[in-house]
Amino acid sequence: MKLMETSLLKTPLFAAHTKLNSRLVPFAGWSMPVQYKGALSEVSAVRNHVGVFDVSHMGRFLVEGVDSRELLNWVHSADLNISMPIGRARYGVFCNETGGIIDDGVVYRLGENKFLVVANASNSDKVLEWITQWRNSSYPQSSIANITQNVSMIAMQGPKAIQSASSIFNYDISGIKPFRIREVGFQNQSLWIARTGYTGEDGIEIMPDSSQSITIWEALIDHGVVPCGLAARDVLRLEAGLLLHGNDIDENTNPIEAGLQKFLTLEGSHFCGSESIKSFMKNPYLRKLVGFKTSSRGPVPRPHCLITTEEGPVGEVSSGGYSPSLDTNIGLGYVRYADTQIGHKLNVVVRDHSVGIEIVDLPFYKRQL
Amino acid sequence: MNVPEDRKYSKDHEWIALDDDGTAKVGVSDFAQEQLGDVVFIELPSVGSNLSQFDKMGEIESVKAVSDLYVPASVEVLAVNEEVLSSPEILNEDPYERGWLIKVRLKNPEELESLLNPDSYINIIS
Repeated sequence: MKLMETSLLKTPLFAAHTKLNSRLVPFAGWSMPVQYKGALSEVSAVRNHVGVFDVSHMGRFLVEGVDSRELLNWVHSADLNISMPIGRARYGVFCNETGGIIDDGVVYRLGENKFLVVANASNSDKVLEWITQWRNSSYPQSSIANITQNVSMIAMQGPKAIQSASSIFNYDISGIKPFRIREVGFQNQSLWIARTGYTGEDGIEIMPDSSQSITIWEALIDHGVVPCGLAARDVLRLEAGLLLHGNDIDENTNPIEAGLQKFLTLEGSHFCGSESIKSFMKNPYLRKLVGFKTSSRGPVPRPHCLITTEEGPVGEVSSGGYSPSLDTNIGLGYVRYADTQIGHKLNVVVRDHSVGIEIVDLPFYKRQL
Repeated sequence: MNVPEDRKYSKDHEWIALDDDGTAKVGVSDFAQEQLGDVVFIELPSVGSNLSQFDKMGEIESVKAVSDLYVPASVEVLAVNEEVLSSPEILNEDPYERGWLIKVRLKNPEELESLLNPDSYINIIS
């Protein structure tokens, strides 16, 4: 049965992953490296030096035209009107009319009326459809181009990322401040470099034309940057308290209970779903997303494991994993509001084990500045 | 792939090696540890428990997945490797020596005949 394999999409870096003997797995319709040498050594490379991830599977859409800003301001929760100069990036969520989260993602302003939207691979089609629907109904003076295949995306993350990138690109990358994007020349072509990421470390995301992606990848590898797969990426983002759509948030979760309030612009401007979110905030909260750690190493709490007290279930795990930085297991989960205070002790049921957990502050890991 | 000659293998990737004193040790193969990736949790049977061949003897959890462990022969568990329980990464580093899982007494040594010799095991993993 080779059907599955042939139907999977391949990023422009596929040959590079094969050459490095990575283990490839199907992920959101793509064949992606889950690990090269090993997830935990890759995590360590990112925390202590610099690692590189192929994130070309993520959706990239170019939105242009006089209505582009208003269109994105409506579908995305961040305020793209005020304090959004050219070169700025903002994280936020795409909500449906009831405030459920279709996806989370970053919007970059590339020009006066030119924006780049980066969506999760698994939601890419949905986000494109959603933006297109609003464009057609209300913001006709705008165009949306899916550039996912034409432009690659390479995340270079870690305390040495800026220094290494500056030497590779022969450009002072430190001049690109966090959540900024800039066009940079490399070997007679231009590419975008954004000071963004999903690991809790300093770093950049490089978006070159796909024809140039292998050259850049190999330049990074030759420079000693450690190739890292999806497994390491998941550990890193969880330690950094960054949410994963499909696990921690989805169309049945509200940005408020997910703790994403600071990424919403609820005063003044409106975005799709904002009215529902405001009325949601008027009622007592039933549940909240919390971070927890286990009292000792042991079986790993995984999504859908029940969180309990002596009375019975009070919540459910949405993400969990072993944290090398804390040397214990950590996780995120939705818990009944009354049981969400920091320091509160609960249990989580992992298969036939009952594991003691403690609610802790997020993020689990914060880099030294 | 490292497949030492001095032991037998199950198709589920456990190995069993006889020691000079008549006891045996059980672990998982180099191939298995590599497939699993970084191991973060191991559960083993308690000392004194009696298991029949191919019974579930515990579980092994890596960064990404959980797998059941099966005992390759009918045994009485004499000891468990406490070192590998507290530092599961040992299983990745040295699956055949320091990464052994349980020390056992064989109840029915002829069961080993039904297991794979190293050459046959190499065939199933290549």
